[in-house]
Amino acid sequence: MDALQLKRQLITFTELLFREGFLDEQFHQLQQLQDEKNPNFVVEVVSLFFEDSERLLNELAKALDQQNVDYKKVDAHVHQLKGSSSSIGAQRVQRVCIVFRNYCNEKNVEGCLKCLQQLKHEYAIVKTKLEALFSLEQQILAAGG
Amino acid sequence: MSFSPLCGLLLRLFLRIRRWAMVTMPPNCKLPGSNGKLPPSLKFCKKAKEPLNVRSCLRRWRRKLFYLWLVLIVAIGIVWFLVGFRGRTLFGEIKSSDICEDVLMEHLNVSKNQVRGLPSPLGEWNQVHHSEKDGFLIDQCPVPSEGFLNKHGLLKLEDRLRPLVSQYKTLNTIKGVLGARREENYGDLGPTSSFLAKRCWWAIIMVILSCKIPSLCLKMRTKRKQEKAVQLESTTQPPKQLLLQQRQQQQSPDPPKRAGKWRKKLLILFILSGIVTSIWLFWDMNEKISSRREETLANMCDERARMLQDQFNVSMNHVHALAILISTFHHEKRPSAIDQKTFSEYTERTAFERPLTSGVAYALKVIHSEREQFEREHGWTIKKLGWATKEMESEDQTLVHDSNPGNLDPVPEQDEYAPVIFSQETVSHIISMDMMSGKEDHENILRARSSGKGVLTSPFKLLKSNHLGVILTFAVYDRDLPPDATPEQRAEATVGYLGASYDVPSLVEKLLQQLASKQTIVVNVYDTTNKSAHIKMYGDDEIVDTGLVRVSHVDFGDPVRKHEMHCRFKQKPPLPWTAINASVGVLVITLLVGHIFQAAINRIAKVEQDYREMMELKSLAEAADVAKSQFLATVSHEIRTPMNGVLGMLQMLMNTDLDATQMDYAQTAHASGKDLISLINEVLDQAKIESGRLELEHVPFDLRSVLDNVLSLFSGRSNEKQIELAVYVSDKVPEVVIGDPGRFKQIITNLVGNSIKFTRRGHIFVSVHLAEEVQIQPSVRDKVLMHSVNPVKDVSQRSYDTLSGFPVVDRWKSWEKFEKFSGSENNYRTEENRSVDVLVLVEDTGIGIPFDAQDRIFMPFMQADSSTSRTYGGTGIGLSISKCLVNLMHGKIDFVSEPDRGSTFLFMVPFMKCGENCLDVKLQDSNPLVLEFQGLRALVVDKRSIRAEVTRYHLCRLGIYVDEAQSLKSACIYLSQSPKKSELSGYAMVLIHKDVWDAESAAEFYRLLRQPQQKSSKEALVDPPKIFLLTTSIDPSERIKLKLDGLIDNVLMMPLRLSVLVAFFQEALGNGKKKVGSQKKPSNLGTLLKEKRILVVDDNVVNRRVAEGALKKYSAIVTCVDSGQAALEMLQPPHNFDACFMDLQMPGMDGFEATRRIRTIEREVNGKILLGEASVEMFGKSGGWRTPIIAMTADVIQASNEQCIKCGMDDYVSKPFEEEQLYSAVARFFQSG
Repeated sequence: MDALQLKRQLITFTELLFREGFLDEQFHQLQQLQDEKNPNFVVEVVSLFFEDSERLLNELAKALDQQNVDYKKVDAHVHQLKGSSSSIGAQRVQRVCIVFRNYCNEKNVEGCLKCLQQLKHEYAIVKTKLEALFSLEQQILAAGG
Repeated sequence: MSFSPLCGLLLRLFLRIRRWAMVTMPPNCKLPGSNGKLPPSLKFCKKAKEPLNVRSCLRRWRRKLFYLWLVLIVAIGIVWFLVGFRGRTLFGEIKSSDICEDVLMEHLNVSKNQVRGLPSPLGEWNQVHHSEKDGFLIDQCPVPSEGFLNKHGLLKLEDRLRPLVSQYKTLNTIKGVLGARREENYGDLGPTSSFLAKRCWWAIIMVILSCKIPSLCLKMRTKRKQEKAVQLESTTQPPKQLLLQQRQQQQSPDPPKRAGKWRKKLLILFILSGIVTSIWLFWDMNEKISSRREETLANMCDERARMLQDQFNVSMNHVHALAILISTFHHEKRPSAIDQKTFSEYTERTAFERPLTSGVAYALKVIHSEREQFEREHGWTIKKLGWATKEMESEDQTLVHDSNPGNLDPVPEQDEYAPVIFSQETVSHIISMDMMSGKEDHENILRARSSGKGVLTSPFKLLKSNHLGVILTFAVYDRDLPPDATPEQRAEATVGYLGASYDVPSLVEKLLQQLASKQTIVVNVYDTTNKSAHIKMYGDDEIVDTGLVRVSHVDFGDPVRKHEMHCRFKQKPPLPWTAINASVGVLVITLLVGHIFQAAINRIAKVEQDYREMMELKSLAEAADVAKSQFLATVSHEIRTPMNGVLGMLQMLMNTDLDATQMDYAQTAHASGKDLISLINEVLDQAKIESGRLELEHVPFDLRSVLDNVLSLFSGRSNEKQIELAVYVSDKVPEVVIGDPGRFKQIITNLVGNSIKFTRRGHIFVSVHLAEEVQIQPSVRDKVLMHSVNPVKDVSQRSYDTLSGFPVVDRWKSWEKFEKFSGSENNYRTEENRSVDVLVLVEDTGIGIPFDAQDRIFMPFMQADSSTSRTYGGTGIGLSISKCLVNLMHGKIDFVSEPDRGSTFLFMVPFMKCGENCLDVKLQDSNPLVLEFQGLRALVVDKRSIRAEVTRYHLCRLGIYVDEAQSLKSACIYLSQSPKKSELSGYAMVLIHKDVWDAESAAEFYRLLRQPQQKSSKEALVDPPKIFLLTTSIDPSERIKLKLDGLIDNVLMMPLRLSVLVAFFQEALGNGKKKVGSQKKPSNLGTLLKEKRILVVDDNVVNRRVAEGALKKYSAIVTCVDSGQAALEMLQPPHNFDACFMDLQMPGMDGFEATRRIRTIEREVNGKILLGEASVEMFGKSGGWRTPIIAMTADVIQASNEQCIKCGMDDYVSKPFEEEQLYSAVARFFQSG
């Protein structure tokens, strides 16, 4: 495939991501921050996000698995996740985080668990999408675009 | 008598009190804010006061109730008092009347009615005296009309007494006696009244106590509740809704309800006690009346009995005397001096002495052996009493029927005979009859003989008169017998018997006729010798039972015979009207008062109910308000986020390659977006102010630096529009005041922004004075102030002596208003010497406000007319917010405006003067570089004195002495005329405004300044004065040209402000240690942040990375740490960070806490530096440590912003970063610092 086509594909894909609400303005801002001095800024940040999120999701699962759920801890984790997701513009994850925090304030275990599932789901989607995005970019680079 | 009108008066009084209470109640209990609309300035903290308000209302109520109680008790006391007195005086009356009667009876033949008529006025007289005493008591109580009544009563009494005076004169003889009695009565009454008074006072004290105790209890209870609530509030800081709930709980309706029940119980108790009192009163008075009646009856009866007895005894004595007469003249004389004729004549003539006897007769004792001789002597046989053959009891019948003695049988043989030999004419028919032959008479005779006293027969019907009568028999002895003679001796000594018949009914009748009140009582006299069968001697047969019977024993001198007198009233006792009146009066009063109380209690309950309802409504309204502001905050947040996107995109768009039109479109869109954001902020502000949730800070701040900040905000725009912008602060205004700098700045910003918006040419001038300065003598006034008050038109130059020469409005009118305002507050201010009224004036030469729109200029969203907003933009909310803020600060705002001339807004707000604890602020805010220029001298050449004055003000802040000159020429003259050359070199700088600049005179001036240097090179050590050109705007080519001319050293851009001046002078005078970046318009973040060391604190690795990336993009040197603790370590002085971006929510130590600690450390270090204790390396930065800390926050809710500022942060940016916001936040520190 030639670079132009790939680029077009990338633009369409990104637009789709925005339209479907996976990503928001912040991701654009992130992309803005990427320049010659920081060529891999977005990838760097997003992979940081992946690491952090996976760690947090594990922590959350662990915390909610216990007999006496420490809601403060859960809340702190969700807050972290919310912060990071909003930083990279993973809008849908962020939204679930907000709902999650509400349940957390109500100390609703079932709600929390449901949200955790949802979070995992959203996270997985956003991860795949972003990975796809990055691979596209790689391809563009590889294709000399 | 005097009681019933008094009672009526009391009743009327009560009615009036009640009406008064009903009328005055409603306005007093009107709840604050009950007019539906809550005052907008109502704050949360004020809420606590409101229940207190209502409570105080209730307390007032209670006080009223208490007064009612008092009045009631006094009234009852009076009633009691009167009743007590009445009883007393009645007794006194009776007593004195009795005494009087006796005395009169003894001394005079005064008619009884007259006598009785006398004491009653006396009694009244007494009463009057007592009621005067009453009046004295009453006067102490707040019922003044009583005394008046008494006077009336006295007058009336005097009228009534006048006719009695004549009677008094006739009764002179007894006056003394009566007077004595009266005094006795007084003596009696003294202790009684004091006792009653004591009782009254006790009752009052009891009532006071009973009123006070419950109110105290209530107070204690509420106090405890409040404390609890305060504890609750202080321990936890729950969200507002929870707080509301707590308030509702705090205002739980329990205490008033309980109090209401308690009140009702008290009312019932009161009414019951009133009823009981009235019943008791009735019983007591009735008892008194009946006992009095009984006593009266007893008195009368006894009196009658005694009189009867006395009269009977008198007459008996006469009979006795007759007996002695007979013994003397008949038996001891021989021959007898008395025969029948003599006897009958004598007795007839002395009959008046025995008014009660119908007749007397004398019977001789004849023994059987002497009978014949006796019969012979007298020539008649001793006849048997006509009835002797008959039964005993028929004696009276015989006496009645046998009127013819000739028909009588001679008496049969007996041991003894007692033939009547003498008789009064009235009873002559019984001569020769043997009295011994009748059984009754026989016994009588025997008894009389043996006792030697008068003896009575049982009553029988008398002859002729057909009345009941008794016969009195006396024995006549032939010699004097010793008093202890035996019956036998007496019998032996007996020679005859004297009998007298008494007509009892006529006796009693006569007696009763003598006595008054015959009509009122019925008298019966009985012979009770035979206890089982009383024989009636006098009285009606039919006895009407009227209840009371009084039995008095009557002793007629015969020990064997017993007589009784029965008295009873003719009529049944009348209803005890006095008692009924008094008790009914008390009952009515009680019920009335009870009614009043009930109405009051109902009212209280209703008010309490209303209050509770209102509190509920209030809490609902507040909840709605909270919801509204939350909604607003949320919505604004929701709008902000996409708006940030729009703005960011637009910015990016503008960075791309656009043609002019596209650029214009993008710029317009960007500007609109920014307007929208600021509008949202303003609406949020307005909402907050309106809901009263805006709380003002009270922190020390430097007023001048606040104004500098405002100036820096608008300097760009004013330069663009070529408007002169200047700030002037009077010397009198203290450097540091306590208040809310943010809000103060907001007000000025709003006003200046408004002015800039509507001004196309001329100037905007902000001047700050003390309100006192306006009031003092014009000669002492500040120069600027003088100009503003008396604008002088410079006719020759066709311009005005204002900042820019454009005419301004005459704001004198408005000042006058303010003077009034401050004048009225003057006393208050002198008392609290710590507060100062700061008067801020924002003057512009804009389009002005049309007169018809001037009265609605402070209304939100109101602009002069709708076309204005189209032309100039804006929403018109700024002025409304300013007004609200000024009001909130307890200040006043006003304006004067004239279309096409301009407007002047002026406001006055009180600030607290700062004590010694403000050094900190001075240290923080004042730039230490200022000291560098201390003591320098400068010459300002400007033709407009106000502008020169403003320049002078700014230079003075740097400690530079300023001389002024109107023009270059005058400056030249001044300089050349100065005697010493050193005078010239004394100037470090000369500031020349562009208006007075012209090349020729400038050259001359330049020469004048530089000449001395050229002449004496020895003085080259002294720098020649620098020459600066002051200007609002200058185009670059002109600037270069001027510089090339070499006449000036540099161009200083107006508006002047401290930081710019400092930087400028440092650069120009060459002694600046620090390189100050471009003093004007740092074009973008890149230049601003370049090479700055910035610490980013965030626990979230992603966020950290993003922030780092964003800042690095602007060439900042970024260090990242992940916790507040780490940040604390990094920022421990000495360090080389220029700023710190801090996340707020972090585990462990959050942003607020970290900032607080950093600030504490910095303060300590600064203190050490000040004292010279710190090591040299601490002086890494001159002027002390204060690292700018900027909060990074996800949610842009105002509250958290305020919290940021409170804990010592400098600003905040929302996460994720937005370029503009980042710029504006950072610019403050890196530009002016």
